[in-house]
Amino acid sequence: MSEAAKPALQAVVAAPEAATVSIGQIFLEFLMIGATSFGGVVPYLRGSLVTKRGWINDKEFVEMLSISQSLPGLNATNMAILVGEKLRGWLGSVVAILGICLPGGVLMYVVGIFYHLHGDHAWTTAALKGVAAAAVGLILATVVGLSKKALSRNFDFVFMAATVLAVNRLHWSVLRALVIVGVLAILFHYPRKGEKASEAQ
Amino acid sequence: MNQLPALLRVFSYLSILTVGGGMAAFPEMKVLTVEVHKWLTFPQLIHIYSVGQMAPGPNMMMIVVIGQWAGGVMGAVLTLIAFFGPTALLAFAVAKGWRKLEKWPWRTSIQQGLAPVSIGLLLAGCFTMAKGAVTGLETGAIAVGVLLILLQYKINPALLVVAGAVVGLLSFAPK
Repeated sequence: MSEAAKPALQAVVAAPEAATVSIGQIFLEFLMIGATSFGGVVPYLRGSLVTKRGWINDKEFVEMLSISQSLPGLNATNMAILVGEKLRGWLGSVVAILGICLPGGVLMYVVGIFYHLHGDHAWTTAALKGVAAAAVGLILATVVGLSKKALSRNFDFVFMAATVLAVNRLHWSVLRALVIVGVLAILFHYPRKGEKASEAQ
Repeated sequence: MNQLPALLRVFSYLSILTVGGGMAAFPEMKVLTVEVHKWLTFPQLIHIYSVGQMAPGPNMMMIVVIGQWAGGVMGAVLTLIAFFGPTALLAFAVAKGWRKLEKWPWRTSIQQGLAPVSIGLLLAGCFTMAKGAVTGLETGAIAVGVLLILLQYKINPALLVVAGAVVGLLSFAPK
């Protein structure tokens, strides 16, 4: 935090070095992403941070995304933490996550008030029925997309099915299913000789 | 009764369950917010989750609504902090360490092993939600329609949720 650099002077040129990005710029950029990223944050993050600002390069982006996906937490907020940390340390992380959450949070706060007032109106329930069904289709599409991309062996479908059964049929807590099936799956994928770590994707 | 400590407890626990996406925590969220604490009903939970898919930003901002109903402005703010705080700290701690682990062979094992489990959790969340959201022919058709369109075309999912609202209005609105 010791830099005396003034953001106003540097905002004109695309910052070549991470160190020249100010806290204010980070906040504003993530605020913009938070306000415009309809339908999924990741493409907007890439367009803004890699393409438009050049704060991180494509390789860093993909690496950070893979870390974000392996950790608990949403991709959007984990990415905000990782990129913010890379640019300006802990303060960068704090303003990045605040920025990305603020617009959606305020919007949902207003939605909460309206829902309370008009949620049981016949027209509202009709629309919400359709919205909820569409959301189910959306999650299913995500499941299909991830299965194609992230599963490395056919046997992985057994772990996937076991997780679903544990939660939906046996009514295990999500935590219990995560730990028990997770450990089994990790052991199944034990490091084999001759397989390079780079094959992970 | 003051719900703030309970909000803090419930949402910081849900926070660590969001492996692979917010939906992974949905079954547990239903149990804790609907059945245990009765902050809202199951249909309400489904509605605000779905409406939240139309909002920009991280796709679990609907938790703000639960916090607000249970504890006003303070409830909303605390819920956000509880839900994003633990995973944010973890991501921050890992930010540097994970890169150093690149050569550690188990890193790949963890990534490959957690992938099917996190997709399973997502699917389990989806089924929990479908039990309340897909209740007949029309809603089933909307869900399948959205799925097929997304698999076939590159289209903004938020638009399809809006389309779902329109179809819902046409099918269920009082004549």
